[in-house]
Amino acid sequence: MSNASIEAIAAKSGQPFPGAPNNWRRFFSFSTDHKVIGIQYMVTAFVFFLIGGLLAMVMRGELITPEADLVDRTVYNALFTMHGTIMLFMWTFPVLNGLSNYLVPLMIGARDMAFPRLNAAAFWLVPVFGTLLMVSFFVPGGPSQSGWWAYPPVSLQNPTGNLINGQVLWLLAVALSGVSSIMGAVNFVTTIFRMRAPGMGWFKMPAFCWTVLSAQMIQLFGLPSLTAGAVMLLLDLTAGTSFFDPARGGDPVLYQHFFWFYSHPAVYVIILPIFGTFSEIFPVYARKPLFGYRFVVVSSLIITVLSAMVWVHHMFASGTPSWMRMLFMFSTMLISVPTGVKVFAWVATVWGGKLRLDTPMLFALGGLVCFLFAGITGVMLGAVPFDIHVNNTYFVVGHFHYVIYGATVMGVYAAIYHWFPKMTGHMYYEGLGKLHFALTFIGVNLNFFPMHPLGLMGMPRRVASYDPEFAYWNVIASLGGFLLGVSTLPFILNMISSWILGKRAPANPWNAIGLEWLIPSPPPVENFEEIPIVVSGPYGYGSDEPLVANNPAGELISEHS
Amino acid sequence: MSTANLDPTLNTHGAHAEHEEEDHRMFGFIVFLLSESVIFLSFFVGYTVYKTNITDWLPAGVEGLEVREPLINTIVLVSSSFVIYFAERFLHRENLWGFRAFWLLTMAMGSFFLYGQAVEWMGLPFGFTDGVFGGTFYLLTGFHGLHVMTGVLLQGIMLGRSFLPNNYAGGEFGVAATSLFWHFVDVIWIILFILIYVWQ
Ligand code: HEM
Ligand SMILES: [Cu+2]
Repeated sequence: MSNASIEAIAAKSGQPFPGAPNNWRRFFSFSTDHKVIGIQYMVTAFVFFLIGGLLAMVMRGELITPEADLVDRTVYNALFTMHGTIMLFMWTFPVLNGLSNYLVPLMIGARDMAFPRLNAAAFWLVPVFGTLLMVSFFVPGGPSQSGWWAYPPVSLQNPTGNLINGQVLWLLAVALSGVSSIMGAVNFVTTIFRMRAPGMGWFKMPAFCWTVLSAQMIQLFGLPSLTAGAVMLLLDLTAGTSFFDPARGGDPVLYQHFFWFYSHPAVYVIILPIFGTFSEIFPVYARKPLFGYRFVVVSSLIITVLSAMVWVHHMFASGTPSWMRMLFMFSTMLISVPTGVKVFAWVATVWGGKLRLDTPMLFALGGLVCFLFAGITGVMLGAVPFDIHVNNTYFVVGHFHYVIYGATVMGVYAAIYHWFPKMTGHMYYEGLGKLHFALTFIGVNLNFFPMHPLGLMGMPRRVASYDPEFAYWNVIASLGGFLLGVSTLPFILNMISSWILGKRAPANPWNAIGLEWLIPSPPPVENFEEIPIVVSGPYGYGSDEPLVANNPAGELISEHS
Repeated sequence: MSTANLDPTLNTHGAHAEHEEEDHRMFGFIVFLLSESVIFLSFFVGYTVYKTNITDWLPAGVEGLEVREPLINTIVLVSSSFVIYFAERFLHRENLWGFRAFWLLTMAMGSFFLYGQAVEWMGLPFGFTDGVFGGTFYLLTGFHGLHVMTGVLLQGIMLGRSFLPNNYAGGEFGVAATSLFWHFVDVIWIILFILIYVWQ
């Protein structure tokens, strides 16, 4: 429906325009509306994405030449530590939390999250621990240099002797981020269990909500183990205990277990919602139902369970006994089965469809290609003999950047473009979007593909200088890195200008199926005029079956349809 | 996407909006407690790994832990789980004074536990920084003690609220959650007691 008709109806019935008030100030205030909080999360996360990206630019600048000439080695250590930490804890988790926050209540037909105030509190912790992390750049001794995994005994060194040092601030920030994530997870799980609209049985729920549920359950059982490790490390650093200090009887490998028991599953916290995004986007732009919906859903649950059983594959080179390595090699291989099921389902969904190559679809397809590549290198890394060989080389860095930039960041972009009209009530500029996609896709491959040959040639990771024989691929990687930096510019330009000037978006610009598309863009404060009564599944493309039995937008849309 | 008004009488508008948050609190609280228990689980696993791997487990000059006092403490804490249960039963029968009496008794027993632990800590011949044993011992008992303290505090708040007018018409969630929390703290303590004091 066109915007003009919305306003005409509104004028006729004497109601104000039913979309949310177009007042940008509310995005800077304490709000309990899940839509405002969702956007607050995403924008905050994006700011940190830019900061983390700047650090990456400095690293890539350093790596253009074999010598450590731009920054010295201690600075380089601090750079990759803070880059990794910011990208994971300040960008990926918050941006996905924001996206889920915005979408889940709309998709399940709820008026808000189960605990709106808890939701706001969880969000406002993000700038707090972000600031804590930023402060660590300015304390004596500088920020932590022990990598985002903070392995002792390296992380136990405190050359300045200060109680407040980069490592302590880092631990406090990570602990707070854990608290925030647990608050979020309690909220998501309760919301999805308890607040689905009447008629929305488990197998009528959109695949995205399933992946959010799976991811948040991982947070619930995984994060406490990281918290336990962080608390013990903090006590070692500040209170004189010796849990992880090998010189005083402690066990540093135990820390690795605590750490990876969370941080391996955490990669599924990241990638599962991206899988969900793919599952929402492919059907719309291929005009076909999601192939094997139930398999897609069940495979998320299987991944959730298996994810808790593979963490030792990060410790193949940590003196882990052989029988244990075999066990975890097997479980790691096993997890590729449910993942493969999903990939098969997406390919089958897209196959033979009438593809519309709008920006969201381009990003989703690009993300899928990168994910396929990363999946292959991931299975290679799961094989113990291969991993022992390339462990701590650039091969690993290449692998996880294909996951994290190629699949995750591109998946997030896909989602942002797809739901941008819904979120803002305006259309984005397609040309800028396509430019953004082209720069990103080329940048990712230029930046991260060379890391694989580099790793196989033996270039170690976390180094500021390297043997000149590695120079060729490093120059290409750096150019790709700078291109990625540039690629964010059309995105920022697009978001700002189209939010202000873009064409008004109709309720359902993509002709998509889903509760969120039945209500005006942007959705009104309470989302639904009437709580929808769901009568069919979310992927009925090509069928005439209605999605709902009543009209969740009230007067507005029924006059039109 | 078309919408069809199959049954115009199916209208749930307004029914949901108001007290949604209240309805979901208990569910959310249980989810939270499940997550909390993983922290304890991690500490327990850590303790077990240390104890089975470290050769000089006890600090020099320490023979082992005295079990008698902690056992008394355990009995008090476990019984308080029954007392709080009866307090809740009184509330359900709308016997406010019965509720208050038993609730106060629970608080007293919890405080006794904390007092007993403080006395024990003071008499111990090793400290927080005496090796991994000292560290884990104080970490586990301290972290649990913090939970007992939180529990007593919550109980105090609930007791205070019972004197406000119109309570407990809508205040049962707080009571139920506090009591669930108390059972949780109790179960954790039983595992902790077995792990640290029985398995020496
Ligand atoms: C312009 C884009 C990016 C560039 C050029 C880049 C570059 C780098 C470089 C050079 C390192 C250090 C590798 C090492 O010495 O071991 C690194 C590490 C890391 N990056 Fe990125 N990165 C980018 C984007 C991202 C994103 C988007 C994420 C997460 C969402 C991310 C997550 C990480 C993590 C977790 C590490 C730590 C690696 C480790 O465990 O050693 N990066 N990155
Ligand atoms: Cu892993």
